[in-house]
Amino acid sequence: MRSQTRLPAAVAALLGLSALHPSPAGAQDVERGREVYEQWCSQCHGSEGDGQGPAAEYMIPRPRDFTTGLYQIRSTATGELPTDEDILRIINEGMPGTTMPGWEEELSGADREALVAYIKTFSQFFETLGAPEPLEFPGAPGASEERIAEGRLFYDSIQCFECHGAEGRGDGEASSTLQDDLGNPIRSADLWKAWTFNGGSTVEDIYQRLRTGLDGTPMPNFSDLIDAGFMTDDQLWNLAHYVRSLSPEETPTPEEVIVVGQVAPGELPGQLADERWGQAESFYVPLVGQIIENPRWFDPSVDGVWVQALHDGSEVAFRLTWHDRSRSPDPGWLEWQGWVLDAMAPREGENLEPAPRPDGITVQFPPTIPEGMDMPYFLMGDGSNPVYQWQWSSVPGTAVKAAARGLDIYEPLGAEGLTSEAAWEAGRWQLLLRRALVPADPASELQFEIGVPIPIAFFAWDGDNSEEGARGSVSSWYFIQLEEETPPSTYMAPLVAFLFTGGLGVLVVRRAQRRDREVQAAAAGIVLPPEPRPQMARNFGFAVGALWLLFALAAAGNSVGGWAAGQTDVGFWWAVITGFLTIAASVALIGTARHRYQGPRKS
Amino acid sequence: MARYERVLRVLAPAVLLAVVGCGGGGGDAAGGGGGGDAAPAEMPFDVATAGNITGSVTFEGTPPPPEVLDMTSEADCAATYTGDPEVSWVDVGGGGLADVFVYVREGLEGMSFPVPGQAVVIDQQGCQYRPLVAGVQVGQSVAFRNSDGLLHNINASPTANRPFNVSQPVNMDTEREFAAPEVMIPIQCDVHGWMAGYIGVVTHPYHTVSGGSGAFDLSQLPPGEYVIEAWHARLGTLEQTVTVTTGQTAEVTFNFTDAMLSSAGTPTDGPHDHRTMARVGGVAE
Repeated sequence: MRSQTRLPAAVAALLGLSALHPSPAGAQDVERGREVYEQWCSQCHGSEGDGQGPAAEYMIPRPRDFTTGLYQIRSTATGELPTDEDILRIINEGMPGTTMPGWEEELSGADREALVAYIKTFSQFFETLGAPEPLEFPGAPGASEERIAEGRLFYDSIQCFECHGAEGRGDGEASSTLQDDLGNPIRSADLWKAWTFNGGSTVEDIYQRLRTGLDGTPMPNFSDLIDAGFMTDDQLWNLAHYVRSLSPEETPTPEEVIVVGQVAPGELPGQLADERWGQAESFYVPLVGQIIENPRWFDPSVDGVWVQALHDGSEVAFRLTWHDRSRSPDPGWLEWQGWVLDAMAPREGENLEPAPRPDGITVQFPPTIPEGMDMPYFLMGDGSNPVYQWQWSSVPGTAVKAAARGLDIYEPLGAEGLTSEAAWEAGRWQLLLRRALVPADPASELQFEIGVPIPIAFFAWDGDNSEEGARGSVSSWYFIQLEEETPPSTYMAPLVAFLFTGGLGVLVVRRAQRRDREVQAAAAGIVLPPEPRPQMARNFGFAVGALWLLFALAAAGNSVGGWAAGQTDVGFWWAVITGFLTIAASVALIGTARHRYQGPRKS
Repeated sequence: MARYERVLRVLAPAVLLAVVGCGGGGGDAAGGGGGGDAAPAEMPFDVATAGNITGSVTFEGTPPPPEVLDMTSEADCAATYTGDPEVSWVDVGGGGLADVFVYVREGLEGMSFPVPGQAVVIDQQGCQYRPLVAGVQVGQSVAFRNSDGLLHNINASPTANRPFNVSQPVNMDTEREFAAPEVMIPIQCDVHGWMAGYIGVVTHPYHTVSGGSGAFDLSQLPPGEYVIEAWHARLGTLEQTVTVTTGQTAEVTFNFTDAMLSSAGTPTDGPHDHRTMARVGGVAE
């Protein structure tokens, strides 16, 4: 890549084509940049570039204050200005994990470059310090198990866990005390969610952030340590590979239907730690701050929940997994709550104080499975259309059932029949919820039906982030679908069909043989007893073939259905059955046709 | 990789020089001080004409009690203390008020002073900055020392200078310079939220930090009239105009009071207030 860009640059230098290099922005660029900025950027970053636009106070982290010349994502050393390319990259791609969107699709290339020129005018440093020198980043060595393992050791030895936690979920001892350059609370990155990394999710991005630090945040740079000989570049790459390995390769995309897999009766996991959960597929449901009804919440802590679900035909069990930096209420987070409330709450007219608040999650369903898409309001229903809920809270640590008719308007339904188990460890909650398909009180509780999409939605609260009531994270409606039982008849049907049609086939062959004998006997002058309805026997052969073909098609349907539902074993075996049936049908049809048109086999 | 590191080591001083050089210009624009470029090896005045300032900083009223630091998150640091780890931001234990940055704010404009070759050391020991307050000249090295041997980061949040954020997971020194005058630059450790310190950067050698007795000296000044400012992290600033005459020692006293404690804002420590306090303290003009 580098060598490709060098050649044109060298040619340009030879020819004196300085225009190929970033040139000092002309007044025209700056003027155009101002127009674009005023239209698209000033609402958040402020007309003065100080990061105090009208929308800014609803955002954590706050929009960048351009007057300081301080930029998180750079290709330059800590304290250095960013290059034009660095600024342009953030404009183009946005900053994952923040409210900054990418503008590559919305604005023309010229406008985006004009924006860079204009943004730089907000800080005197761009004038006084001149063009910054980007660090030279070596190419990434390939990932390997060894590198990842080394990186893990290095992670511990340079004490990344102080902020990012022992397992990297952003729950380190210092995580409740972190502030950015503006004095606002800032979360240490949850390294299991590379898609939220401010500077990008590739291993190269991670390495570069380690080299440059994220200025304006607590994240320091490590170039100084390499320069001083305290670590090697290779060690830093190992660390980057380890960090990258914690997240899935692809950003998880939510699926509309959460498949509730079926297990044999009595095989439903009854505990969080049950290893059978390892076999259950995990579905990611993103959560966002509740910003529809007052009091709105723009600083949600829980941004997603992984859902696993299984049923055994009589009970359903869910295992929910979500990241939370603390086991609320934790007094160590009271000061953090104060900062969060200072930054966020006053806008909603509430005067909240830091207080011990529990963590919580609520799973909600409609009380009955709706016809079509007629679902209750996802924000806990309303007066006419309630929702049925399972509410779990870290205090007292158990789950209860409720009917909700609006945010925080509950009618408790007790806990009968709903079992739960929860555990917090290293920045992660796991919660098991289990209930019979047929509820204790069918009048107020959902009855789970097999094979039918059932709406499901989630609410989550991080008490140590001052969340409670309407101030929490929400999902819209998703669906669960309890995998259809594979009844014994499913496996019996092909067998019966085989035997049945096989018997018919034998009959056909025997009749055909008998007719052959008749013909031969007639030729020999022997009179056999008359064969009734010989034409029907031939048609019967076609009928059997057609029946087998029909069965083959049905089996193919099952196979496709199995694959589509992700049950590869079911899909495979139905495909095998389809194959056999197709062969049988072909033999019957072709054999009968041959017999009919070519006459009996000559002996 | 090895080759790359070599390249970096070779390049680093050059880049640093470039930054310092350019930064000096920035300092001029921002601070109006002497600037850091082409510092002369000799004093810009006839030292035979010099005079001195001596003085003391006092505190009247009831000082807030030392703040107890919760070091449960860093047991190794907590173990270095016999009792509860504490920090006294208003330290009057020695009779006067300690940790006051005293410097010539006005009166030396246009003069360029040699930059001391020796670095000012700020040690991180027992998860505290020692000293809490330090003064340094533009272009002079500050050596941030990690004597704790556990992860610290030095996150400096200047406004007239460029910020930086350096990690130190082991016992080591990291040297940095500041290109422009700035009073004060907050530094903090994000790993240990209670660790806060301040660095005053001026264009000349006439700065000091009061000791336990509150006494200070500013010696070998060119004769003239100066505005001397005394800056305290929790009490704000006081200033006095002092005339220095050849061969004489002018005396000056700064009296901070507990009333200033409340007016200067919150007495609680913590990074949240820390940066606000630095702004209250003001930037040298």
